[in-house]
Amino acid sequence: MPVIGVENVQSAGAPSACTVGKQGNMSSEPGNCQNHQDHDPDHGDAGPAKQTMPMPVPNLEVQYTKIFIDNEWHESCSGRKMPVHNPATGDLLCEVEEADTEDVDKAVQSARAAFQLGSPWRCMDASDRGLLLNRLADLVERDRLRLATLEALDSGKIFLMAYFVDLMATVKTLRYYGGWADKIQGKTIPVDGEYFTYTRHEPIGVCGQIIPWNFPVMMFAWKVAPALCCGNTVIIKPAEQTPLTALHMACLIKEAGFPPGVVNVLPGYGPTAGSAIAHHMDIDKIAFTGSTAVGKLIQKAAGDSNLKRVTLELGGKNPNIVFADCDLEYAVEQAHSGLFFNQGQCCLAGSRVFVEDSIYEEFVCRSAEKARNKVLGNPLVPGVDQGPQIDQKQFDKILELIESGKKEGATLECGGGPWNRNSLFIQPTVFSNVTDDMRIAREEIFGPVQQIMRFRSVNEVIQRANATHYGLAAGVFTNDIDKALTVSSALQAGMVWVNCYNAMSTQCPFGGFKMSGNGRELGEYALQEYTEVKAVTIKISQKNS
Amino acid sequence: MLRIVLSRTLPRISGISNCQYSAAAIPVPSAQPEVHYNKLFINNEWQDAVSKRSFPTINPATGEVICQVAEADKADVDKAVKAAREAFRFGSPWRRMDASDRGLLLSRLADAIERDTAYLAELETLDNGKPYAVSYSVDVPMVVKCLRYYAGWADKWEGKTIPIDGDFFCYTRHEPIGVCGQIIPWNFPLLMQAWKLGPALATGNTVVMKVAEQTPLTALYVASLIKEVGFPPGVVNILPGMGPSAGSAIASHMDVDKVAFTGSTEVGHLIQQASGSSNLKKVTLELGGKSPNIIMSDANMAEAVEQSHFALFFNQGQCCCAGSRTYVQDTIYDEFMERSVARAKSRVVGDPFNMKTEQGPQVRNTEQFKKILGYISSGKREGAKLMCGGGVAADRGYFIQPTIFGDVQDGMTIAREEIFGPVMQILKFKTLEEVVERANDTKYGLAAAVFTKDIDKAHYISSGLRAGTVWINCYDVFGAQAPFGGYKYSGNGRELGEYGLDNYTEVKTVTIKVPQKNS
Repeated sequence: MPVIGVENVQSAGAPSACTVGKQGNMSSEPGNCQNHQDHDPDHGDAGPAKQTMPMPVPNLEVQYTKIFIDNEWHESCSGRKMPVHNPATGDLLCEVEEADTEDVDKAVQSARAAFQLGSPWRCMDASDRGLLLNRLADLVERDRLRLATLEALDSGKIFLMAYFVDLMATVKTLRYYGGWADKIQGKTIPVDGEYFTYTRHEPIGVCGQIIPWNFPVMMFAWKVAPALCCGNTVIIKPAEQTPLTALHMACLIKEAGFPPGVVNVLPGYGPTAGSAIAHHMDIDKIAFTGSTAVGKLIQKAAGDSNLKRVTLELGGKNPNIVFADCDLEYAVEQAHSGLFFNQGQCCLAGSRVFVEDSIYEEFVCRSAEKARNKVLGNPLVPGVDQGPQIDQKQFDKILELIESGKKEGATLECGGGPWNRNSLFIQPTVFSNVTDDMRIAREEIFGPVQQIMRFRSVNEVIQRANATHYGLAAGVFTNDIDKALTVSSALQAGMVWVNCYNAMSTQCPFGGFKMSGNGRELGEYALQEYTEVKAVTIKISQKNS
Repeated sequence: MLRIVLSRTLPRISGISNCQYSAAAIPVPSAQPEVHYNKLFINNEWQDAVSKRSFPTINPATGEVICQVAEADKADVDKAVKAAREAFRFGSPWRRMDASDRGLLLSRLADAIERDTAYLAELETLDNGKPYAVSYSVDVPMVVKCLRYYAGWADKWEGKTIPIDGDFFCYTRHEPIGVCGQIIPWNFPLLMQAWKLGPALATGNTVVMKVAEQTPLTALYVASLIKEVGFPPGVVNILPGMGPSAGSAIASHMDVDKVAFTGSTEVGHLIQQASGSSNLKKVTLELGGKSPNIIMSDANMAEAVEQSHFALFFNQGQCCCAGSRTYVQDTIYDEFMERSVARAKSRVVGDPFNMKTEQGPQVRNTEQFKKILGYISSGKREGAKLMCGGGVAADRGYFIQPTIFGDVQDGMTIAREEIFGPVMQILKFKTLEEVVERANDTKYGLAAAVFTKDIDKAHYISSGLRAGTVWINCYDVFGAQAPFGGYKYSGNGRELGEYGLDNYTEVKTVTIKVPQKNS
């Protein structure tokens, strides 16, 4: 997702070279493993510093297919398994144990025990929690090729994107929160009266986390890293479509040395395992990333059960506003990747491109040409830049919305249908002359379908851009500092990018206004979502400043 | 210092990270580690001094020369400042580097130091004389933790956006100050280097560091690791040299933006003056102390005795925060004294490479050695009661017997001046109010401690003491996370913790006119 990440890696500045070259050092005993990389076949030696592109691990076998509870692998209580497919080929990759209510109960028990007052996890120095997260990052770096391959097979995303974007972001997120662990500081507070008051920032407790299939391993890191850095324990349900990298992460969590029960990974379906987590009376907090429809269910479930804390990262219909005074070619390119990245399966996708009247035709023309030039195919093959959609359901929904666009009178500039019969590929599609009332302008498509609208004035476009129940992200392209600041202040969105799009980084908070969510992930802000603040007040005999 | 590491943190770390530290696992040291680096480190290269001069560094346990080390002077400082200035140039690799990558480099440096723990500990003990068991399990692990801690800060040192009045958009950038001169002492050579480098590099500065002439070797080895892990040339420059020449050149330099000094209060004055006479460079100082350690009658006696012993005698008494005025409440004074003397008499003094040794030689510094013995004489002369020790402990090397004075009065020299040696002063007090007043009656204000089980007394005393660090029922508990620094003559600014970042940051306020402000 972070386009920034791609650029950084490919330009490979000095520190990136350092990352690649030194990684082996940290992956086991710090004292005497200087040459670890020599006997580590998965070591990321295909990094850009050496100017050879990484290649997927050939004939990768899936190693982990069970439920991970208490640092052990379990079969499901029900005995049920679920199939996991490669969306590019439709082939069955493997079967994975399917968690349901009973498994969630087991996991909660384990997470609760790990959170007991006096447990190794609770007594651990904060800096050591940070060290564990750093160790986990080292292991992810070691297994980067394997994880990227697994991710591409399981989710259909382009292997090189998985390698450079998803895995890079995963490592950076783990390291970033590794650094926060011993910097989450309470305060001492000058209260009135003869008292001494301080705050403790305590972990919330057992956290349920439910993550989507569009960035499986990255979402895993976004969720567990802040939770663990604050000292919580976790029950995480990966999406049923894409459980494999999460299970590999589970194995690395154990290898890094996290105590049993701190992280539990339960592959399963939303209406069963997901619902059990959301309704559980002994889960203290839930974090969900996914659709707005399910977000509502999660919030209700919390209300129906134990008022668990809820953070939600939901859908978007993000405006990307292009003024006539921008660098046109660059804006076309950014708007294109802002929508088509990851097969259009991004909550951040810039799916309403508002283009100023005077450059509208030119912008549409160039955008369509860009879309037509996209190479579809096997995501493992270099040169391919669009893979399949995740599954039949999404595929059908996207095609249905494309049809609605045609029917409601938008102009189809290119694409508009499936690609390669009997597969889950969809042609890169561009609609122009889209009006605000069309379904394709209002509903989240989550596919490779770009809507381009026309606007005339700043005030008009602000008003139209905000006329949605979503409020996740927005972009604005202009060289005029006043326009940039005016529009970025006015947009109701959690992230506004000026002259860039999808420029995300682990230091920067991420989350939505309105129905795009509650709370923030990433950055320092995310720590608030995983801490309870306790104010301790002590009576003292005499106060002095 | 840092008892916490010995007693608590190490077993935990080993529990989670396959780390090799634990009392049983300390490897047998080589008492003659090879010295690999003895030149000046400028622009990631090893260089002779411009003057071609060198000086000997000496093993304080034997008095023998370890090796010759290149001696930096003004001309070398100029070279180093040029390299550091170039590394700090707008648009340089160091300036353009992602903050997270600065953090990664610091993490890598911590990894490399951790890898070479045994060697660095040997070298530290050889050069400084501190017991190897301590170098290995306190100094080096603390270095690693400090660097990791600041590695984490690099991309978390956040400016603010600020709701100013009017149609403006206002934000702050936390920018590095620039070329930082850092002058470090000989009592914790490796650790002081990490305390200085960690925050300076995390915030993106470049560094010209002068290490103490008594103990240059470990800093130079760390320089080689700085290069190994990939810091760009010129970011860190390490110069062994003397205070009046190299140190003074740094403090007076017109192109050094900031100077940080750890050492004596006397030299701290000179540093501040040099800044004033040159370019008003920012100054942080971590200086001397005469830290009170207050034992209330309700304290756990055994714990208080042991902690007070540790508070003074740790590191041969060569700690700026040494608890060198032990105030004991009158009702427990006699018992406390008796037990403290017994403990001091049992302190094992000798070869620092022997695992049983608790106290090695004083650092090789004839003047310092004579000064300590002079203080002991003054104590006797002014009427304090010598309870044990009081003299030289070996025929060769720089060993001094663990010494305790009783019946010490506040006006005596040994109660007023920093001794920086294994000499403990025990004073008697009656009331809370009295002891707070007496404890504060000093020009210093570095650290203090109180031992009591009473929560009111603990709060009263800890609020009342004029000191940058107050320990309650513990002493010398340091964490990279907690700030350290002095009130009054003990210094300016704070090191460690988030506070440590302030001293390496310029805040820039950027204000942009906007057509219309909205909340």
